[in-house]
Amino acid sequence: MFNWLDKIITLLVENVFGVSLETHLGGSLHFFFFDTIKIIMLLVVMIFTISFIRSFFPPEKTKKTLSRFKGIKGNFMASLLGIVTPFCSCSSVPIFIGFVEGGVPLGLTFSFLITSPIVNEAAFAILLAAFGWKIALIYVVTGVIVGVTGGLIIDKLKMEKYVEEYVYEIQGVDTEPEKMDLKGRLRFSWQNTSSIIKKIWIFLLIGIAIGAAIHGWVPTDFLAKYAGPENPFAVIVGVIAGIPLYSNALGTIPIAEALIGKGVGIGTALSFMMAVTALSLPEMILLRKVIKPKLIAAFVIITGIGIILTGYLFNLIGHLII
Amino acid sequence: MDIKILGSGCKNCNTLEKNTKEALEKLGLKDQIEKVTDFAQITALGVMRTPTLMIDGKAIVTGRVAKTKEIVKLLG
Repeated sequence: MFNWLDKIITLLVENVFGVSLETHLGGSLHFFFFDTIKIIMLLVVMIFTISFIRSFFPPEKTKKTLSRFKGIKGNFMASLLGIVTPFCSCSSVPIFIGFVEGGVPLGLTFSFLITSPIVNEAAFAILLAAFGWKIALIYVVTGVIVGVTGGLIIDKLKMEKYVEEYVYEIQGVDTEPEKMDLKGRLRFSWQNTSSIIKKIWIFLLIGIAIGAAIHGWVPTDFLAKYAGPENPFAVIVGVIAGIPLYSNALGTIPIAEALIGKGVGIGTALSFMMAVTALSLPEMILLRKVIKPKLIAAFVIITGIGIILTGYLFNLIGHLII
Repeated sequence: MDIKILGSGCKNCNTLEKNTKEALEKLGLKDQIEKVTDFAQITALGVMRTPTLMIDGKAIVTGRVAKTKEIVKLLG
């Protein structure tokens, strides 16, 4: 898809800068310019497109749809709607209360809350840029599987009593969400795109710069010994490292891209990314307002195990995909 | 007019409040803005996305930061 850009950047590095691609510096420069342009183009196009699709699925509508479902079909539906419903972690509490108040079962609410942050537009675009279509799609599918399974387990554990009591007492009115015409949708998509890019561009550039240095200077397979697909601890370390990081840390994916070139397992990189988005410390602190520590712990442990298993699976079969 | 800004006090909510204030000034309106930061109250108003600008019980901007110019149009 980006062969043309590859050629232009090669010309730029070799003829304008006068550095051969075979050198450390040349390899790094190529990585930096190629990745920066590719990722920013994909981010703009993908975030805009996905935001446009999302403007058709306000959470108020999702709530009504989900309150009609039960069982595994409902969990599946909740995860799928989690992908298309616009969501930012500052809205997780009103969405949680709204779902409970609207009669959506707890298990379905969690399927939604797990998948929604994992499968977000920025993560998808960056994965697409760094690893291509197959990995990006597999990421979406596993995000849904982790959400469905997590929700089913929370449902089986009967954890309704670990929701703060006041949540059950709230009675909401039905308020029509803002009505949008085509112009409004385009404006919403554009505002969303620019706000996400404003938030992550600096982290992205730093990530690409570090990735470029690794790409140019670290010897191939140098890391395979320590963090390769065979090392069972690499995935766990990746997941734990991801928890305190906020979604701005998506900018670190180009580092993962470079590390995979040096022997780090693809599963390790995917699970790190899922942990960054799904298990964020600030979101847990917010959720504490509506659910008790036991349910937060269950949510973190179940999602964490799901992500770790995903990591192992992809380290095992990753070479078949790339 | 009954003007409410619904949001937990995050950066986006403050920007929406600032823009709404500016829009009111431009229109020469003296209406007060009421801030609703309590999640229970926000949900009780039927809103699930922050920040939201509510006028006379109607959500006119939900889940995004509208620019001053746009709010002027919506209020005018």
